[in-house]
Amino acid sequence: MEPVLEIRGLAKSFTLHNQGGVTLPVLGAVDLTVHAGECVALHGRSGTGKSTLLRTLHGNYRVGAGQVWVRHGAVRIDLAQASPRQIIELRRSTIGYVSQFLRVIPRVAALDIVAEPMRARGVSPAVARDRAAALLTRLNVPERLWHLAPATFSGGEQQRINIARGFAVEYPILLLDEPTASLDGDNRASVIGLIDEVLTRGTAIVGIFHDGEVRERVANRLYDMTEAKAA
Amino acid sequence: MSALPLIDEEPPLLVVEGLTVAYGARVGCRDVGFELWPGEVLGIVGESGSGKTSLLNALSARIEPAAGRIRYRLRDGHLADLFGLSEAARRQLLRTDWGIVHQNPRDGLRLTVSAGANVGERLMAIGARHYGEIRGAALDWLGKVEIDRDRIDDRPASFSGGMQQRLQIARNLVTNPRLVFMDEPTGGLDVSVQARLLDLIRGLVADLGLSAIIVTHDLAVARLLAHRLMVMRGGEVVESGLTDQVLDDPQHPYTQLLVSSILQV
Repeated sequence: MEPVLEIRGLAKSFTLHNQGGVTLPVLGAVDLTVHAGECVALHGRSGTGKSTLLRTLHGNYRVGAGQVWVRHGAVRIDLAQASPRQIIELRRSTIGYVSQFLRVIPRVAALDIVAEPMRARGVSPAVARDRAAALLTRLNVPERLWHLAPATFSGGEQQRINIARGFAVEYPILLLDEPTASLDGDNRASVIGLIDEVLTRGTAIVGIFHDGEVRERVANRLYDMTEAKAA
Repeated sequence: MSALPLIDEEPPLLVVEGLTVAYGARVGCRDVGFELWPGEVLGIVGESGSGKTSLLNALSARIEPAAGRIRYRLRDGHLADLFGLSEAARRQLLRTDWGIVHQNPRDGLRLTVSAGANVGERLMAIGARHYGEIRGAALDWLGKVEIDRDRIDDRPASFSGGMQQRLQIARNLVTNPRLVFMDEPTGGLDVSVQARLLDLIRGLVADLGLSAIIVTHDLAVARLLAHRLMVMRGGEVVESGLTDQVLDDPQHPYTQLLVSSILQV
């Protein structure tokens, strides 16, 4: 079976032009192949480039060198060559991303934040809101919060809204950055349940899980970030 | 597996090549090129004097460029050279197919006639004559931009800045334009008013499938509204790309300076 994600020789560095032009090499050469239904945990201490790798896979950071082949329906797209419009389309239908922190939009209610990725794929407002409500219920977000903008919510509540949003659409590839970082036991179990379900369905996951218990529970294999280390 | 609409067959709405605007010897913007697709929002960012407004004025056919070409896809599918059209045809575009939201609502509204007349005027300019229908459309649009319907007979001079800006948006969108130009649409407003206006613009653009070109110096506004960004300095585009990529992984020294100069709250 053809992989859903194939990373070849991915390198990434940052050049800080206004700080003496210093260059920070972060990723030297990442080679990683991920198939449908697999969950790969990025493993390494902080500062080894785990989040940088996830952000690059989401198109948030530019590919420095190498190739990132993403299977998108019947075609394969190299993120290094993709146009902005192609990346937007990939994010709409193929690559989901749960960031560590929710980016709050003023005035937009929690329920609509969760429903938005479904609306972008043409799901009717009523169906999208129903599914959003079901996800928020499952993640124990109290109903009284659904119609409020999450700016004032706690870190754990914001994170669960972010997770609900990421799982609202059945993406073939899901990138998870510390999805259980600020969650208690019950909520952690709900997230593990969601991850299990999408893996069974065939979603491929690349994630950062600092919580060893969660990592052992969901990951099929580890990718050791020292392999990716820039020289 | 069915092919997803990744590389859709839809042609661009606007094609800009080598566009240069000059005021005598002084250059407003130089050699700008890009394409804009239906439903896409392009943000143009940069500081004062970077050439953003010169570019916007040329794109919306309000000043004639010194060099380069702007082509726009008319409703019949024909990709027309903007400055090859007659003056009357360009004026017609401005009245119907395009909208222009000015930073200062006074430049886009007539303050001495009622709110309803401000909205209805654009409809009358394209031939609407039935009073009840025009008033109905005006009421409908006041509702969409969150202005109380009982303010329809009031003059916008009595409105707050945020309300005036929302009225200006209603006036522009009532003719179902396909392309809207916005020049610092939230400039000069209080932040709470800004948030409401941004949310409104975001919703309308998405629901109506509008294409928009938004000039702003506010990177937070750009992040919220634009799919793609062009960063301008000294009249030239120094960097362009996917909005969050330009803001989170800026490549050009000037973009890095802009991004790193934002104060964190």
